[in-house]
Amino acid sequence: MITFLELLVNGISIGAVYALIALGFVVIFKATEVVNFAHASLLLAGGYLVARLHPYVGFWAALLIGIAAAAVIGALIEFLIIRRANVASHSVLAIVTIGVDIVLTTELTRQIGTEVLAVGDPWADSVVRIGGVTIAETRIVALVTATLLISAFLLAFKYTGWGVAMRATAEDAETAALMGIRLGRVSLSAWAVAGGLAAVAAVFLCVFPTPGLDRSTSLAAIKAFPAAILGGLDSTTGALVGGLVVGVTEAMMSGYQNDLAFLGRGIGDVAPFLVMIVILLIRPAGLFGTKELARV
Amino acid sequence: MSRILFWAAVAATVAAVVAVPFYLDGFWLQTGLFAMSAAIGAIGLNLLTGATGQLSMGHAFFLAVGAYAYVFLAAEPTGTLGGLGLPTPLAAVLAVLAAGVAGGLFSPIASRLKGAYLGIATLALIFGGQHVLFNAGPVTGGFNGRAVPPMELFGFVFADSPEVVLLAVPFGSLERLWLLGAVLLAGAAFFARGVLRGRPGRAMNTIRDHEIAAGVIGVPVTRYRAGVFVLSSMYGGLAGVLLALVFQRTVPEYFGVLLSLDYLAMIVIGGLGSVTGAVIGAVFVSMLPQLLTRYSDAIPLIAAPGSGGVSPAEAARILYGAAVVSVVLFLPGGLYGLLRKIRPSLPSIRLRLARSPETRSSHVP
Repeated sequence: MITFLELLVNGISIGAVYALIALGFVVIFKATEVVNFAHASLLLAGGYLVARLHPYVGFWAALLIGIAAAAVIGALIEFLIIRRANVASHSVLAIVTIGVDIVLTTELTRQIGTEVLAVGDPWADSVVRIGGVTIAETRIVALVTATLLISAFLLAFKYTGWGVAMRATAEDAETAALMGIRLGRVSLSAWAVAGGLAAVAAVFLCVFPTPGLDRSTSLAAIKAFPAAILGGLDSTTGALVGGLVVGVTEAMMSGYQNDLAFLGRGIGDVAPFLVMIVILLIRPAGLFGTKELARV
Repeated sequence: MSRILFWAAVAATVAAVVAVPFYLDGFWLQTGLFAMSAAIGAIGLNLLTGATGQLSMGHAFFLAVGAYAYVFLAAEPTGTLGGLGLPTPLAAVLAVLAAGVAGGLFSPIASRLKGAYLGIATLALIFGGQHVLFNAGPVTGGFNGRAVPPMELFGFVFADSPEVVLLAVPFGSLERLWLLGAVLLAGAAFFARGVLRGRPGRAMNTIRDHEIAAGVIGVPVTRYRAGVFVLSSMYGGLAGVLLALVFQRTVPEYFGVLLSLDYLAMIVIGGLGSVTGAVIGAVFVSMLPQLLTRYSDAIPLIAAPGSGGVSPAEAARILYGAAVVSVVLFLPGGLYGLLRKIRPSLPSIRLRLARSPETRSSHVP
């Protein structure tokens, strides 16, 4: 029972981090209808900067720089590439982001090389005990941070002018433009926000108990894709639920690996994808996604 | 007149392909064979992603199924490794079918999803597939992979022994496989062209361009999506078999996400929706790292692997990643589209256009 609780808390915490990544993914999709496969490399870029800069400027300043840099990179991708690509199909735009991802990830993994970079967070490896359940402090911070960021984001989405503009664009871009909403700014800000969220998530993917930022971190980020898909690509709620489902499944499957030995080693890494397939079989648009309807 | 020109061009191409192993050394033959295998796989992916508009990031999985199925079916069972010891040509055919079956099993997903949903759903194939490859030791050999038994057709072995010398050129496994690869590629390209030019091709393009319109004019959309997915996985399987024969060893690591991304890069760079485009893209993407490795001394900014600079493989990835982006920005239609634009007077191309007017409209707008 203790193990179960520990795994559950860890799963929820890592799930909240996945939710941060998936949220960025969904925001970009809602604002521009582009599926951003370069998201993993945005995350890697943010995490890399934090890991490299923290010995010089301290963790908090490094974190701010990392967030800002990832946001700028996201905005640049939108401004220089997505906006200028004149293609009819959004699948082709998705492939463009794959091209961006190939370039960024290759360069970043080259810079990282075989190193494992610490992100220099102040929580290090301290743990908290609550009635026999041992939880790493980093996990609690991750959960709290993710919850705060996500609620701040959802509130902004609902009440600020920016949020209204974003929702109007997602609803009907043409009408929104006629009402004076500047579509360019909306999509630019969506990419920037997504980049920033990814950078925060990067830090929490690399803290204790993970050894640090290495070249496989971008693979960890890929697990946020099934999170976004199983929740439904166009739903912010879906991103949250998807993130939690993926996080908890992964933690449980890895935690009970020995009881699941017949499934082979490392089943925890595959589990999110299996869950996604099962959910897609039942609900092709994801749990909270809107079913695409067309008027002829 | 143009008909004679066409056949002359075909004959010249065949002669050139047959002559290659007599003149080029092992490095070029191997590079060429990788390109051929990649071309077969890319044609398959282009049928799915380029012509039908179904994004797939799981193509590497079907290559893996083809490669491993061939090895398992053809190998004699040894101590820890299983095998059926079937005749190799039969094993190759069954391996391609196995890839098709794997694609068919995924069709409940492949026929209902589209676009990014399908792209990410197919990522599951890669991760699940890798998991199986690493864990199903008796079939796949686990982490270390398995040796690939050489192909044997009518008593002719595609390996280095027994030694054959043709016109004073030692005909080793690469030389022999070159001819086999060329035949397979020609067959694969010819079949895909037939599919794209005919009724199915038009139906596929209609599904890509307007799904509802396709349904309204009577195209069974879901059935087509599932069918194309199966066909494309069979192409992937064939590419996997050829790749296994060239590598002579299958290792699970190779069939990861990166390989799938390579294939997507190929079809975008070459040109979405056309056979020639897939072949051009495959040659570009698979030759680039090999060439950069070979000439790394002569090219500035590229260092030897491991010395801390940009290694050839990394340089190649960055180059073709950038190529994907710039092709979409500046060259819709890919390299093939560019080729057609600058040389519309090329005889064989003119002939093709004259014979089938729909080709003009059948590539990606």
